[in-house]
Amino acid sequence: MDLNTKYTPQSWPDHPENTTLEGKNKFVGFWLFLGGETVTFASLFATYLALKNKGPSGMEFTTQGLFELPLVFIMTMLLLTSSLTSVYAMYHMKNYNFKAMQAWLMVTVILGAAFLALEIYEFSHYVHLGFTYGQSAFSSSFFTLVGTHGAHVLVGLGWIILLMVRNAKRGLNLYNAPKYYLASLYWHFIDVVWVFIFTVVYLMGVIG
Amino acid sequence: MAHDVHTHVKSQTEYEYKRRRSANEMRSHLTTFAIMIFLTLVSFTAVYAGFSANLVVPIILLLAAVQVILQLYYFMHMSHKGHEAASLFLYSGAIVGFITVLTMITIVWW
Repeated sequence: MDLNTKYTPQSWPDHPENTTLEGKNKFVGFWLFLGGETVTFASLFATYLALKNKGPSGMEFTTQGLFELPLVFIMTMLLLTSSLTSVYAMYHMKNYNFKAMQAWLMVTVILGAAFLALEIYEFSHYVHLGFTYGQSAFSSSFFTLVGTHGAHVLVGLGWIILLMVRNAKRGLNLYNAPKYYLASLYWHFIDVVWVFIFTVVYLMGVIG
Repeated sequence: MAHDVHTHVKSQTEYEYKRRRSANEMRSHLTTFAIMIFLTLVSFTAVYAGFSANLVVPIILLLAAVQVILQLYYFMHMSHKGHEAASLFLYSGAIVGFITVLTMITIVWW
């Protein structure tokens, strides 16, 4: 594979993400990684569900008292929309439209950063209430589960920003197309995990 | 390198066909997105409405599962060809994950 090969929209392959052997390997390896991530998050969910609303006697925090659904709703909408904007980015990647792809990734990054800012606000609010990481088994399992997801958002943001900066002057080629594609898969996976977090942690937490 | 990439320059017709096909796919992604937003709204409304927990919990879990399937099969292209390994890995992870959750809950709550 010659990295300097220049493409036109007419010569750009239909599946640039796995046209090269390197792209194919990355694709398989990345899905294996996502399978492992599923198990990671499942064990954190299991821990949270087992320890939910439990702690030392006299502890006064429950999911019903803590969670505010409007904030969670806004966060959900931000992350869901950022999933769509990264689909748009990959649509332009397949059409060999580098500028449009970078622009949509920029929108994705802004939405993701807004999500992360709200999560930091939420966590600091809880800490001010006295619901700190070490307060109870419940608080530890909550912060570990939701915080691990937040860390994934942070890594995803860093990943996409690095790709955008690194390739800003290169344009698209068969070397970086798989990288963009996998970053977008990762971003969707973050949204997949969030769907379970807002359902299992927040909505079921408010119900009781 | 052993694995060379053959560059095929599309004719105008092939190119227009590809563009139209991907534009159609993008339109179907927008529909998927609208469905996801709708499912999210239903979940939040069901909780706000204050029905009994025994009714709402299975419903919102089901809606979450549907939304995840849409995300995996459409946004992450698992419905496309060449995703056999991807499905194997993800389903293996999901099965192990499900057993983990089930085991943990039964050990702690029973």
